[in-house]
Amino acid sequence: MEKTLEKILEEHRAREGNIISLLQDIENSFGYLSEDAVSWFSKKLDIPASRFFGVATFYSQFHFKPRGKNIITACCGTACHVKGSERLINGIRKELDLSEEEDTTKDKEFTLEKVNCIGACSIAPVVMINKKVKGKVSADKLLKELRSLKDIKGEGK
Amino acid sequence: MGTGGIAAGGAEVLDAFKKELKLAGIKASVEKNCSLHKVGCRGLCAKDVLVDVIINDEKTTYQFIKSDMVPRIVKEHLIEKTPVTDWAVGEDYHTFHKKQFKIVLSDCGTIDPEDITSYINVRGYDALKKVIFTMSPQETIEVIEKSGLRGRGGAGFPTGWKWKLCRREAEQPRYIICNADEGDPGAFMDRAIIEGNPHSVIEGMIIGAFAIGSHNGYVYIRAEYPLAVERLKKAIKQSRQAGFLGKNILGKKFDFDIKVKLGAGAFVCGESTALMYSIEGKRGMPRPTPPRSVKKGLWGKPTVLNNVETFSNVPYIIRNGADWFASIGTERSKGTKVFALTGKTKNSGLIEVPMGISLREIIYDIGGGIENNKALKAVQTGGPSGGCIPADLLDTPVDFESLAVVGSMMGSGGMVVLDETDCMVNIAKFFLEFTQAESCGKCVPCRIGTKRLLEILSRITKGAGKEGDIELLEKLSKDIRAASLCGLGQTAPNPILSTIKYFRHEYEAHLKGKCPAAVCKELLTYYILEEFCNGCGACLRACPAKAITGEKKKLHNIDPAVCIKCGACFDVCKFKAVAKE
Repeated sequence: MEKTLEKILEEHRAREGNIISLLQDIENSFGYLSEDAVSWFSKKLDIPASRFFGVATFYSQFHFKPRGKNIITACCGTACHVKGSERLINGIRKELDLSEEEDTTKDKEFTLEKVNCIGACSIAPVVMINKKVKGKVSADKLLKELRSLKDIKGEGK
Repeated sequence: MGTGGIAAGGAEVLDAFKKELKLAGIKASVEKNCSLHKVGCRGLCAKDVLVDVIINDEKTTYQFIKSDMVPRIVKEHLIEKTPVTDWAVGEDYHTFHKKQFKIVLSDCGTIDPEDITSYINVRGYDALKKVIFTMSPQETIEVIEKSGLRGRGGAGFPTGWKWKLCRREAEQPRYIICNADEGDPGAFMDRAIIEGNPHSVIEGMIIGAFAIGSHNGYVYIRAEYPLAVERLKKAIKQSRQAGFLGKNILGKKFDFDIKVKLGAGAFVCGESTALMYSIEGKRGMPRPTPPRSVKKGLWGKPTVLNNVETFSNVPYIIRNGADWFASIGTERSKGTKVFALTGKTKNSGLIEVPMGISLREIIYDIGGGIENNKALKAVQTGGPSGGCIPADLLDTPVDFESLAVVGSMMGSGGMVVLDETDCMVNIAKFFLEFTQAESCGKCVPCRIGTKRLLEILSRITKGAGKEGDIELLEKLSKDIRAASLCGLGQTAPNPILSTIKYFRHEYEAHLKGKCPAAVCKELLTYYILEEFCNGCGACLRACPAKAITGEKKKLHNIDPAVCIKCGACFDVCKFKAVAKE
């Protein structure tokens, strides 16, 4: 971890970045912002950790808990909403056994996230699975895809 | 190949063509006679993947192409010279384009966005050369002013005027920013422009920088648009290599360069002052204006902020002249506007229309009417800041003023068509959930006011609305509109006010415990239609609450006391025997 942090710091200094770009780098490297990583930078740069968290909590891009291996991003834009995105989300929750409050499955395989709009409204409803955009998604198609991801996991064991 | 096309399998189709062409031995002449291009979004995303085959200027466009269909096209069309008519686009592809007028999108979908020469071949960067070699900054501003171009981000501020105000400031340095933080749900014009023709935006920015005397530009773009970010960065690099960006542009004493800043997911950062704080690496919270950002913008210096589409218009105006642009559109709204036409229309996608066209022409002529033979209920424009325009006002012309008169706004260009199965109270609640979550929390009217609005709407949709709730919504909305600090709060009540204005009866029905469109879960009852049920038992097996009873091949029944209204039976029934009201 230390090495990765050093590298991020070096790049940050080289391009005279700001707090947001630094946080984005941490998030990209670790998948989330851990307290350890943030306090490491806080000490190195002599910026209070509260400043980091103040900025991070303002933006929805940042996460504070480890996320799953597979990230499912459900679009909640207007077009997706009128084409039934809420039903899809409920279907995903049921399939992954996630309660309303949870985003990540206990085995850390899946994380379900919502996004305001992916901008692919004409193929609504849209879901992204591991950054690949899937358009005109139906509950059936989606569950099939999730199950095949689960199978891959099963085979890996 | 925009985001939509790639989702539909665009990359696989392209690979399949490469492979098949190689197999067929056409490879030898790829450069000269037969070339394979990838292009940006062409608008009709609902029919992706679209493929053009052009032989001796005769063009055939194919729709819904999958990679396994490629061999037949290559064999029959390219080799045997007979187009595969079954897969060609139909009449609606042509009517979709007929009433459109393309300026910004004119080269989107025909040029390769990842290749600068493709843009240069369609007179790209000619406008920049014209400005730098033959015009002064003042003359450039005059042309933009005379053209009547207004900001395409939503508010419609005259672009030339903004540039002039910034140029007047004595302070240096000055900054120019392109707002690509397209946060409105239901809008994707800016994404498509950057994915389809990124150089037009860059060229517009360089011309703007020349006009106001700036050396540093930023593009603030959403991180949610990975393809657009990638193409934009590539385009900036190519532009720099070609000498259009950097030091001594085109050999003249003019330096300008562009940096890309990724947004981090906050809708309020589309507001100019918040956006600038975000570029500085701070929380994106708006500040009171004045001073306007042309005086005190990024790092307190004079700054011009324009939207993607605005910048993209600039090269075309410079090339074709102010009079040409001013001849398009209406008295006060010049030129064209790009819309993301989505929702319940048959054709959906990206369209560009002259200002002043009616909503009816957009929905019925371009959009092809409503899908599944449903009735049109309303059109939502302007996203969370806009409103719903009812079916009987469809002849409203689309321009900045007319849309404001009917209680909506132009906004950045989202246009979501709603049909009879959409509940207007639910739509209002949807937008309030959005604005409430995205409120930055700085000012009380927005932070607490939107929360209270949402609470009232939620209880109405749950059947717990009280008498006087509609009036309370109206009063609170007007107060929030008057007292909020920035545009987000000032416009947040618009979806409520416009739906109450035109669909008050739906609110009243909810207060009486009915959702006329059968959307609001708590107000629904599911039941089985005797005449359609054949007792197949699919619903019984699907029901998670065990609310359905019935013997095989006999009429089934739903117990409303046990039913959790999940809709599983409704989805699973193949005989349309499950109904809701």
